Amino acid sequence: MSYFSDIINGTKTLLTGMRVTGGYFFVNFFTKRDVITQQYPNNIETLEMFDRFKGEVIMLHNENNEHRCDACTLCEKACPNGSIEILGDKAKDPETGKNKRFLVKHIYHLQMCTMCGLCIEACPVNAIDWGQDFHHVEYDRSLLTKVLNKPGSKIMSGIKG
Amino acid sequence: MILNIFTDIHELLLGLMPENIVHITELVLIAVAYLGIFAILGLFLVWLERRIAAFFQFRLGPNRVGPMGLFQTVADALKLVSKELTGTEKADKFLYKIAPYFVITTALMSLSLIPFSYEIHAFDINIGLFFLTSVSSVGVLGIFLAGWASNNKYSLIGGMRTGIQMISYELSVGMAIVTMVVLAGTLQISEIVEIQKDGWLIYQGHIPAIIAFMIFMIAGTAESNRTPFDLVEAESELGAGFHTEYSGMNFAYYFLAEFVNLFLISSVAVILFFGGWLSPFGITDAIPFAGLFWFIIKVLGVIFIFMWFRWTFPRFRIDQLLTLEWKFLLPINMVNIVLMALMVWLGLTL
Repeated sequence: MSYFSDIINGTKTLLTGMRVTGGYFFVNFFTKRDVITQQYPNNIETLEMFDRFKGEVIMLHNENNEHRCDACTLCEKACPNGSIEILGDKAKDPETGKNKRFLVKHIYHLQMCTMCGLCIEACPVNAIDWGQDFHHVEYDRSLLTKVLNKPGSKIMSGIKG
Repeated sequence: MILNIFTDIHELLLGLMPENIVHITELVLIAVAYLGIFAILGLFLVWLERRIAAFFQFRLGPNRVGPMGLFQTVADALKLVSKELTGTEKADKFLYKIAPYFVITTALMSLSLIPFSYEIHAFDINIGLFFLTSVSSVGVLGIFLAGWASNNKYSLIGGMRTGIQMISYELSVGMAIVTMVVLAGTLQISEIVEIQKDGWLIYQGHIPAIIAFMIFMIAGTAESNRTPFDLVEAESELGAGFHTEYSGMNFAYYFLAEFVNLFLISSVAVILFFGGWLSPFGITDAIPFAGLFWFIIKVLGVIFIFMWFRWTFPRFRIDQLLTLEWKFLLPINMVNIVLMALMVWLGLTL
């Protein structure tokens, strides 16, 4: 008699499913407790993104305005669509007396970036990372081209070039 | 003092023109009114569906255009009107263009049979329910033609699936209706509602009526092509199924007609099981047009159950669809009719 038990069992499981989804509906209909929608333009001030959110590429600086980038250009090579340009130069290192490469400008074209993260994976010294900023709206495309190293910053001591 | 605006309008028109022209004018006026109801219903139900779906999925749904996003679907419809009507080069042009009109015409014709209240009932004939089921069956032809005429393999598969699904589930809907007609003893919709003054038919018929109601809800979901029975337009398999090749307003016709069909199925459920426009326990029977309020409330309740189905159950496979109909619903339905007939014969109804 699996015919009738199939019917009863089927009805039971369907009602179980409806109870679960119905619970979701009534909770969200009356309290909006679990609603995860962000009402974007209205909450720019208060919106906080998640730790792993890929907003933009940033360069990490410490409190002495020092970064870890030694202008090795691995990120520039890793970028599939040329969003990163690195301007570097060579100067005599005061400690060792040898010629050493240092970073002049780390130029980042946000308008071309696909947030693939290959540059961040490629970086051997963890100089660049994901930023949390999500509000990139500009009226002019050129405003999205950014220089990632802050003006006047220099390389942290101890990073070998 | 009962304010009857329909009589007032009739007398106003009689004062303006001869009697037979008044008759034609009134027909035109009613047709225009029902076209308006069709459009508003379709747009409102699309909004409702999106809103309810959102709450099921922890979202908010459209809430920017107008109060609570009510005009979102109006904006969408306006966008669709402004779009180009495209089609495949080798489509059967005549059938391709005529197909959407089958769907909306039948939906409109069925709509005329729905009693919104005691006063608002455009077309009340003695074979009302029979006429309703027959006319709404023709709507399948529109979907079938669309699938065939588009000259697209996905449309064709969608159209064929429509044929299978409709032939199967029309039977279940029909037999569930017959079960209730056995109890009501009439096919005239206004009389079926009047009978329920002593108690709604789902109460009068108790066990077989509840079984018939469950079968009606399952088969009604299939009739209106909604998930879990949306094999006809299964997005993940067939693109958009039968309306893959339709764009702009032709697509909107299908979209609106789908939701008007949902309203029709829900209305039939309300008429057959929940007392149509009658208020519970007759609390507001004396107030004119109060029936409209109760009817809309009940229909929205049934529509909510259909939407609840849609956002809970996953889609059937085609063989599961046929197994459910021919091995489960149909035998249960047949036994149920006999049970109902015996109950009416032995006077076991409440």
